Amino acid sequence: MIENFDLSLVNWSRAQFALTAMYHWLFVPLTLGLSFILAFMETIYVRTGDEIWKRITKFWMTLFGINFAIGVATGIILEFEFGTNWSNYSWFVGDIFGAPLAIEGILAFFLESTFIAVMFFGWNKVSKKFHLASTWLVAIGANLSALWILIANAWMENPVGMAFNPDTARNEMNSFREVVFNPVAIDKFTHTVTSGFVLASVFVVGISAWFLIRRREQMLAIKSILIAGIFGLVSSLLVAFTGDTSARTLAKVQPVKFAAMEALYEGRTDAGLTVIGALDDSGERIGEKKVHDVRLKIEIPKLLSIMTTGKGSGYVPGIKDLVNGNPERGILSVQEMMNRGTYARQVLTDYKMAKELGDTESMTSLAAMFEDPDFVDNYFRYFGYSYFEHPWQVIPSVPVTFYSFRIMVGLGFFFILLFALALWFYRRQSLERNRWFLWLALLSIPLAYLASELGWVVTEMGRQPWIIQNLMPVNVAVSNISTGAVQTTFWLFAVLFTALLIAEVSIMVRQIKTGPKQKEE
Amino acid sequence: MTYMITHAFLQSYWWLIISLLAGLLVFLMFVQGGQSFIFSLPRNDMQRKMMVNALGRKWEFTFTTLVTFGGAFFASFPLFYATSFGGAYWVWMAILFSFIIQAVAYEYRSKPSNVYGTSLFDTFLFINGSVGPFLIGVAVATFFTGSDFTLDLFCRVTWGSGWHGLEALVNPVNLLLGFAVLFLVRVLGLMYLSNTIDDAEMAVSIRKTLARNAVPFLIFFLAFVAVILTGKGFMSSPAGEVTMVKYHYLHNLVTNPLTLIFFTGGVVLVLVSLWLALFKNSDKAIWYAGFGTVPVVMALFFMAGYGDTAFYPSTADLQSSLTLENSSSSLFTLRTMMYVSFIIPFVVAYIWYAWRSINRKRINSEEMNGDDHMY
Repeated sequence: MIENFDLSLVNWSRAQFALTAMYHWLFVPLTLGLSFILAFMETIYVRTGDEIWKRITKFWMTLFGINFAIGVATGIILEFEFGTNWSNYSWFVGDIFGAPLAIEGILAFFLESTFIAVMFFGWNKVSKKFHLASTWLVAIGANLSALWILIANAWMENPVGMAFNPDTARNEMNSFREVVFNPVAIDKFTHTVTSGFVLASVFVVGISAWFLIRRREQMLAIKSILIAGIFGLVSSLLVAFTGDTSARTLAKVQPVKFAAMEALYEGRTDAGLTVIGALDDSGERIGEKKVHDVRLKIEIPKLLSIMTTGKGSGYVPGIKDLVNGNPERGILSVQEMMNRGTYARQVLTDYKMAKELGDTESMTSLAAMFEDPDFVDNYFRYFGYSYFEHPWQVIPSVPVTFYSFRIMVGLGFFFILLFALALWFYRRQSLERNRWFLWLALLSIPLAYLASELGWVVTEMGRQPWIIQNLMPVNVAVSNISTGAVQTTFWLFAVLFTALLIAEVSIMVRQIKTGPKQKEE
Repeated sequence: MTYMITHAFLQSYWWLIISLLAGLLVFLMFVQGGQSFIFSLPRNDMQRKMMVNALGRKWEFTFTTLVTFGGAFFASFPLFYATSFGGAYWVWMAILFSFIIQAVAYEYRSKPSNVYGTSLFDTFLFINGSVGPFLIGVAVATFFTGSDFTLDLFCRVTWGSGWHGLEALVNPVNLLLGFAVLFLVRVLGLMYLSNTIDDAEMAVSIRKTLARNAVPFLIFFLAFVAVILTGKGFMSSPAGEVTMVKYHYLHNLVTNPLTLIFFTGGVVLVLVSLWLALFKNSDKAIWYAGFGTVPVVMALFFMAGYGDTAFYPSTADLQSSLTLENSSSSLFTLRTMMYVSFIIPFVVAYIWYAWRSINRKRINSEEMNGDDHMY
């Protein structure tokens, strides 16, 4: 059954998950960042007693609420789609993957949902301090939620803290600490959350700039720019720093993705980092995959080697090394990994058959293999490769990964400049005079969303064909349902999400145009 | 202490947590129950506004409990998650759709420029309030009536029916629980509104409507209980062999003291709440109903999962049925999650505190004319 998977089912299932995730991610980063901006603003209000800050807080809170609802709606689908569309995955690693999702619900969602009610409806019902605490708890809850789901996501890219159990034919957790402190999880959380802070800051600066362009609500706009500018500048610097550490980790745990991000086909020492480049079909092929040349390249010498190995002369493997193997550098070929994985899968099948037949002698000897470090480290770790027919199938889409990465990084540096300029003009009290900057800030809002989405494109497209790195390709993880069923739900989701997005944007624009209420009670 | 924490103990412990979350979810679906009256109960726009705002301040609790229920099931019994969600695709998708449209409906319904108009978002609330609880009831009923699936050697599910879960809708026993849950949450919704809204005219409408919903709830619920207690249940032997045994659920009910106490105690509390609401004009009935609903639902889950029972039975192949033993996470994961679950009382405590803070004053038309955040 699994061996004869239906590619169209896999692709539609992937499309549905991607659609849900990308819509979800349109709303989540604003929630992550704006919740903290609200907390900062309300803290100033409580400390100073200045009513203008209450008015500012309530204005941004209204926009927060509009965005939050649709984020919640799209979020629940992602959790359930692991079961509905990826049921083989759910069993194969549910023992590990389910735990962070449950913890997310218990620790984060309840915190967020309980105190968001106080935040919205408690202004005249609870004390100022309790209300402020609620706003902070919403921010903490939202970001705690991100922590646990990103731990789960990171585990898919770097599966640690587990062992395979042949009896249950699944992976089982044996170290919660390793799962939580997975280096990919730490990098992913810090990078993703801070990128959400940047998006929210761009949003606040951009909308505030619009008020200044229209010469309305100047006080609100300037104070908002100050808060979002500081928060955004600090966050965008952190994004750059965490992006660097993420890349370093990535080079170790997902070298093919890393090579695809750089379109690096031939491994080399003294490798430079491509800042700008255009991909061109070289005419060469690895199996059915095109090999690309990088034209119009601007490169920073040795930086890629330094980023990955810590020294300029360090060796960075290319896609060809990783697919064909490079004995000099101790890199196995994918064909060899496929052979070893196939052997591991055959051992598992033999074990299950022996169990079915009640052959206890064979069962004992085969089960012992799964505890033998040599078998685990040299064969079972390549289990997922047994599902490939050709080595080239491990190569993700190089153009998608390459371009997405560059646009994301370029925009990241642009936002640092944007926030620095915002604070500079604020300090010189010349924000309203520099209308070009105000327009630039306003037009940067969609760019923040673009950068944020592209970050996930790099992450998820770059790690194809794996749903769990080295252990399970996506085609094996899919549920055994009809393609038609998934096509139907895909289009239903697409129509529903788009309709809701239209309503969300329309309401948001209207609320912004209306502006804050004239007077607070 | 650790030596006492066996895998079997943890499987039972986590079934208890799942049962508790299920009980809380059904209680919190008073939000859905209230929504199902959005077109029939209010006599004017102000009443509708009060009703929507009373319910809207709680919708996230229900939503979060549903998400946590799913997450806890995934973490503790992943084979159920894989089998039921991956097999009964359409039922779960329909439930999901009904909840997606709820999440935005509250926030968008009264906002200017919402594109589709208030009535569409109110229709979303009505659909969620009616379809969501009914389908959840039908899905839970399959714990007692079985589903059409098989598992292979590697625990991969194949669903027998091309309807992928919708076939549960033609089983009358499933429909009984579906309607019982629907009418229960409608009753709970009315009791909650009675407790939260300060409006004399609405109070009269609520009481009249309550009587019309309490009767069908009792009929459907008692019929479902009678059918499962007197029918065959899916018993699993210590060796894991599943067979169908007459009066198995009745046996589970009477031989497990906790189940018996929860069931009878819960039913009594629900009946007391109905008596208070219908004959004593009490607006506190929701609390009796809530404290009754949770243990009754838990008792149903105990009957389905404890006492050598297959909690997710397969009618296509009895030996593919899921039991607490063959579908759970590993000892390590369940133990780790147990430590996490110790935070639940703290969570319940802060929810209670925040709830009381917001509900200290009942909603009235004066508040609705104020300047605060409104739905």
